[in-house]
Amino acid sequence: MSATIETVDLQAVGQAYNDAAKLFQRRIVICGGTGCMANGAMKVSEALRKEAGAQGIELAIELDFEETRTQDGLLTKSGCQGFCQMGPLLSIEPDGIVYCKVRPADVQEIVRETLMDGKTVERLLYKDPATGKICRGHHEIPFYALQQRTVLKSCGSLDPENVREYLGQGGYQGAIRAFTAMEPEAVCKDILDSGLRGRGGGGFPTGRKWEMARIQPGPKKYIVCNGDEGDPGAFMDRAVMEGNPHAVLEGMMIAARAIGADEGYVYVRAEYPLAVARVRRAVKDAEELGILGDDVFGSGMSFRVQVMEGAGAFVCGEETALLASIMGQRGMPMPKPPFPAQSGLHGKPTIINNVETLATIPLIFAQGPAAFRAQGTAASPGTKTFALTGHVSNTGLIEVPFGTTLRHIVFEVGGGVTFKDGTVDPDGFKAVQIGGPSGGCLTKDHLDLPMDFDNLTKIGAMVGSGGLVVMNQGTCMVQVAKFFMQFTQNESCGKCVPCREGTRQMLHLLEEIVEGRGTDETLPLLESLARNVKLGSLCGLGKTAPNPVLSTLTHFRDEYEAHVHRKVCPSRECKALMTPAIDAALCKGCTLCARKCPVDAIQGERKSPHSIDASKCIRCGACVETCKFNAITGA
Amino acid sequence: MSAAQTLTIDGFKVPINGERNLLEVIRKAHIELPTFCYHSELSIYGACRLCMVDLEGRGTVAACSTPPEPGMKIRTQTTAIRELRKVTLELLLASGKHDCPTCTKSGSCKLQSLAQRLGVERVRFNAPLEDKPLDHSSNGLVRDPNKCVLCGDCVRVCQEIQGIGVLDFTQRGSKVVVTPAFDKPMADVECVQCGQCAAVCPTGAITVKQDVDPVHLAINDPAKTVVVQIAPAVRVALGEMFNMGDDTQVMGRTVAALRRLGFDKVYDTAFAADLTIMEEAQEFLTRFGKGEKLPLFTSCCPAWVQLAEQEFSEELPQLSSCRSPQAMFGSFAKATLPAELGIKRENLVVVSVMPCTAKKSEAKRPELGQDGVQDVDIVITTQELGRMIQDAGITLAELEPEGMDMPFGVKTGAGIIFGNSGGVTEAVIRHVAGVMGGENPVIEEIRSDKGLRTAVLELPGAKVRIAVVSGLANARALVEDMRAGRQQYDFVEVMACPGGCSGGAGQPVAMTAAVRQKRTDNLRRLDASMDLRVSKENAFITKAYKDLLVEPNSAEAHHLLHTHYSTRRRITGDGIALTDAGAGRVPVSVCVGTSCYLRGSQKLLKELLHHVEDQDLGEAVEIRATFCMEGCDRGPTVRVAGHVLHRADLDTVKELVEKARKGELEPCEAEQPCH
Amino acid sequence: MDATAAIAPELGRKYERVLQILDAHQRDKSRLVPILQAVQEEYRYLPEEVMTLVATSLGIPPAKVFGVATFYSHFALAPKGKYVIRVCDGTACHVKGSQDLVDVLQESLKLTPSRRTTLDMMFTLETVSCLGACGLAPAMVVNDEVHGQVKPEAAQAILAGIQQQEGM
Repeated sequence: MSATIETVDLQAVGQAYNDAAKLFQRRIVICGGTGCMANGAMKVSEALRKEAGAQGIELAIELDFEETRTQDGLLTKSGCQGFCQMGPLLSIEPDGIVYCKVRPADVQEIVRETLMDGKTVERLLYKDPATGKICRGHHEIPFYALQQRTVLKSCGSLDPENVREYLGQGGYQGAIRAFTAMEPEAVCKDILDSGLRGRGGGGFPTGRKWEMARIQPGPKKYIVCNGDEGDPGAFMDRAVMEGNPHAVLEGMMIAARAIGADEGYVYVRAEYPLAVARVRRAVKDAEELGILGDDVFGSGMSFRVQVMEGAGAFVCGEETALLASIMGQRGMPMPKPPFPAQSGLHGKPTIINNVETLATIPLIFAQGPAAFRAQGTAASPGTKTFALTGHVSNTGLIEVPFGTTLRHIVFEVGGGVTFKDGTVDPDGFKAVQIGGPSGGCLTKDHLDLPMDFDNLTKIGAMVGSGGLVVMNQGTCMVQVAKFFMQFTQNESCGKCVPCREGTRQMLHLLEEIVEGRGTDETLPLLESLARNVKLGSLCGLGKTAPNPVLSTLTHFRDEYEAHVHRKVCPSRECKALMTPAIDAALCKGCTLCARKCPVDAIQGERKSPHSIDASKCIRCGACVETCKFNAITGA
Repeated sequence: MSAAQTLTIDGFKVPINGERNLLEVIRKAHIELPTFCYHSELSIYGACRLCMVDLEGRGTVAACSTPPEPGMKIRTQTTAIRELRKVTLELLLASGKHDCPTCTKSGSCKLQSLAQRLGVERVRFNAPLEDKPLDHSSNGLVRDPNKCVLCGDCVRVCQEIQGIGVLDFTQRGSKVVVTPAFDKPMADVECVQCGQCAAVCPTGAITVKQDVDPVHLAINDPAKTVVVQIAPAVRVALGEMFNMGDDTQVMGRTVAALRRLGFDKVYDTAFAADLTIMEEAQEFLTRFGKGEKLPLFTSCCPAWVQLAEQEFSEELPQLSSCRSPQAMFGSFAKATLPAELGIKRENLVVVSVMPCTAKKSEAKRPELGQDGVQDVDIVITTQELGRMIQDAGITLAELEPEGMDMPFGVKTGAGIIFGNSGGVTEAVIRHVAGVMGGENPVIEEIRSDKGLRTAVLELPGAKVRIAVVSGLANARALVEDMRAGRQQYDFVEVMACPGGCSGGAGQPVAMTAAVRQKRTDNLRRLDASMDLRVSKENAFITKAYKDLLVEPNSAEAHHLLHTHYSTRRRITGDGIALTDAGAGRVPVSVCVGTSCYLRGSQKLLKELLHHVEDQDLGEAVEIRATFCMEGCDRGPTVRVAGHVLHRADLDTVKELVEKARKGELEPCEAEQPCH
Repeated sequence: MDATAAIAPELGRKYERVLQILDAHQRDKSRLVPILQAVQEEYRYLPEEVMTLVATSLGIPPAKVFGVATFYSHFALAPKGKYVIRVCDGTACHVKGSQDLVDVLQESLKLTPSRRTTLDMMFTLETVSCLGACGLAPAMVVNDEVHGQVKPEAAQAILAGIQQQEGM
């Protein structure tokens, strides 16, 4: 149906959805994010529907707008609900129940106990490992209760493939207001007043960026959504694109109105096939309803969106490289000035915004800039999504207001630091890497720092896109730096000398260090390179590539020194520098080795198992030779 | 000038005068900021990061891509910036095989001179990269990726100035390498050998191929008589290699040097240029009179000729059939000198000294030889001649100037001016004006330095519309404009190199555009100083016609001084397989290149595939879609079992395929079509 | 008659598809990346000759197409196996032991970092920087199917499952 013939009353469509949805006694949502899908969410959904049907409970998967009678249940899927390791997740309203790790074999019990008898299946509820408490729903599960899910709010409930549900929740009202009742200047001002800062890493005030493009001469301008989330360990944007693509589109529309663009692109990594599919579907649905196309909302303006898939290059997350990719070129960044706001795609004024930034725009329009500003901190209003991963009890996708401390995130929402096997280690906290390969590490000293853009920059770290990797005591920080440098080297586009050659040489030096070939020159050389790569690189990838190295050198210099000067890896991760260890089971406590040790690195009581202090050990091997019981290995 | 239009560099106020970027302002303030990737005539790339400066309030910025603004405070020598430059150079030195003593670019290499200038004493980095193979396939150029600093100048000059794009960056990160398509050797792709890539390369990654050894071999062979012809553009550039700046006697001293090197005779290509004018002007007048095959395109630039053969098959008939001066010299010399010098033709070796790398390819064209021996045996460039002289230890500046040998040492100013872009045109104008009774006009527009210059020559009874174009991208644009009817000309001169031959890739490395301009000016001065300035005033030219050539465009002249062209493929390849291959299958290749495509090859291919399907011939026939079988003006072209069919249609192809299947077709590898 | 269906030889059909892809993108040279992606869908890699066809059809130099094809990791210039296994080596997966997965799969398939496709063209093994399934670390993808929290034994089991299915 062509929407140019008549303007569709979107509010009515949304209302129709709400009315139809109200007829259901229950709303059951299965998490349809990549993780849960991989774990068989759709199989669970199918099994549930069949089993319920067999028991006389009709679970509809689509709304029938002609229907007027009350129905049993509506079964839909949502985007990523964030608690990935507990998936597949199933929530049931109005019962307020969240079931975890649901398998097709569980549906019989769910149907019998919950759907028919209104009781809970306790073994499927979340059990808090810290307190042992059985948690019924979102408000009881600490992981959820301690967050403030705003951008992600609908990601866990709304069906991302149903535009009507989005409309029913007030979707696109912001865009309608922007196009029909506001001038571009006013739109920019609202966003400026809200204090929203870009969520992609730069933290630049969004309103100011829009204004820079708004004042450029038209008529051709572009708005681009940067969905090329390549930070390893970050999947916030994926969740938003999979879970609430219409929010992104609405944000783009408001941005388009603000700057005067009639065309937009959503650039999604090809590694996110589900996100690509959901965004494409959202665009199609929006077009069918006349939301996208000519004469948007009867305003006389047009706005169209194209979806483009990346082809596997992290550097395309840099805005000028992204534009180069859209123009059919190698994704190599271009010098700035000129800035994209002045001359971007095809030489026209272009604004590139991050997915999360765009998804926040409709929220600001709904609640008003002042209300948005009231959350978070003065310098960084609002909330931020983080991907919490690594050696932490609860890994997944979270959202907290700016100003939240690291302690709250890791120990309360995250449930604490773990050993490699997953059990909680109360003394396990060593560091948290924030911002991925461009970021730095936060240590014990920063646990109580209120996290926001400026505070983190002050200490040499950055919010980045929001990846938070928790590292326990068994983590070698030199290896961490090397891992990120390897990533950067792989992804460097190769255009500018400092990044291409500088990171290559830095990686080489790091490899020398972990292989035990560091010399007196190594660390000064590494620092000199880091300085110059930061100073001279053409784009953000190169400029931030040395950050993990610089950050770990600042906070864990002793580890580097141990590797270089004493050829020791205190965390016992670097295989080439493994220090000897005494197997307590075989040690007889004869004290021979302790007496042989030239640096007094072995402690122990007579007849009790001894131990070697790795930070003192010089790896001379004398103990290994001495031991008559073969209890010492790893030299 | 108001204070608003200045900025401060290292504490000194400097005016802004419309410069495009900070780099230009800084250089105008007499500070030579180092750069690799910046080239004033190419787009901004911003990759080498050597031009970084400290800009108060904005941190460290690249001067090449930052527009100047009044009030800016710039510092070019902070400690951090000095360290950055040094480290950047160290990184580059650590990234390849930079072995200066054995490199032909030593002494004119930016990497070498910057390393020295910036005081790099030690290369502290050592993660080496894999050795990359060299590419010796091209006649005129050698590529050594191990010396490449990835500045991208060669990529941009080939794309932007020549409009071809032979080279591009491939791979990513530290694996990046500049190569032709699919890592093929240069000779297998659309490179026309103009050598501008070598001319802009700041290191020894692309250099001129050295052909000096064969010259020495010939000279030292007692049986051979070795004569040398020197192109006009050489004489205004060779002196640069010997610091002979404003010496006006370079040519004379060079002649002396050549004799000392052992050349038996020293001649001037400008003589042959006069011949070229005689032939080409007559050719033009004939066509102009009949109003056919216009515009006439000049053909003395071999890079242009190759481009036309590869891409402008429709314009090929309009290319002047005249050989270039180098080629005319070779053929005329070999026809007349043996008798004059009392030697056998096969013992005559013609060496030419050219400003041009494409001339090395031109000399090897099969059309420009007889009985397996080329008219011009060896081509060396100005750079190579300079090195020969240095190698022999000859101090050029001290030699007494000598004159060239007769008869080919005599030339007019019209022949000399060939070395400039617009020179051929001026020479033709002088001749045509003389013939048609006009004054000898000097059209100033033709002497400007724009890429495309147009003018109208007003003669009694006729207006000749002239276009002079330098840079092949400009040539392409002009051809497309003419095809679309947006512009029309009667005479078009095309030179591939900016500024013409004096800017050729065989010339000594010109670090600035001012150097090139000086050569252009000097050629004009030489021309102006000649007594004879119109080609037909050259007595030896008159003699040549009287004795042998009869008259311009005669049969004899055609035989010796004209040539023909043929379409050429742009890239090698096997084509796209459309059915499975297998022993015993009849191989059929259908060309889907642009020209054939426009003549319906795609439709033919579809019909052929349907036919194969209908007749269930999939097992008997192997069909490929290929890219160019060089029959561009006679397409669609199809090859069946080696036999080439031009202007093919489905029936003729089916017939041939049937014959082949029945074994009635003899295997044929001939180049010429049998049908 | 549908032109594509009538040309039964598989290769001929693929060639026709390329022409259709070019037309569908209006032969717009700025759409080179999606065009190459679609061509790769068809051929499962980018054959050199097809890249030349794309270049001449779009009016851009073959070197440029080659440059773009070699820049992006997703473009394969050599044919891949029927089953492409991608093990994620992003931070979260790395920290949870993705290297062990790679090692065990490499050993089972007798592959090396330089030879990544089995000789029988059944399997290709690659590492990717991040699949965004970090909550399921370590993760791997086989063609389009995502597997999460994969231990080395589980990886071997998945492999064995495929091999059985293929009757190997």
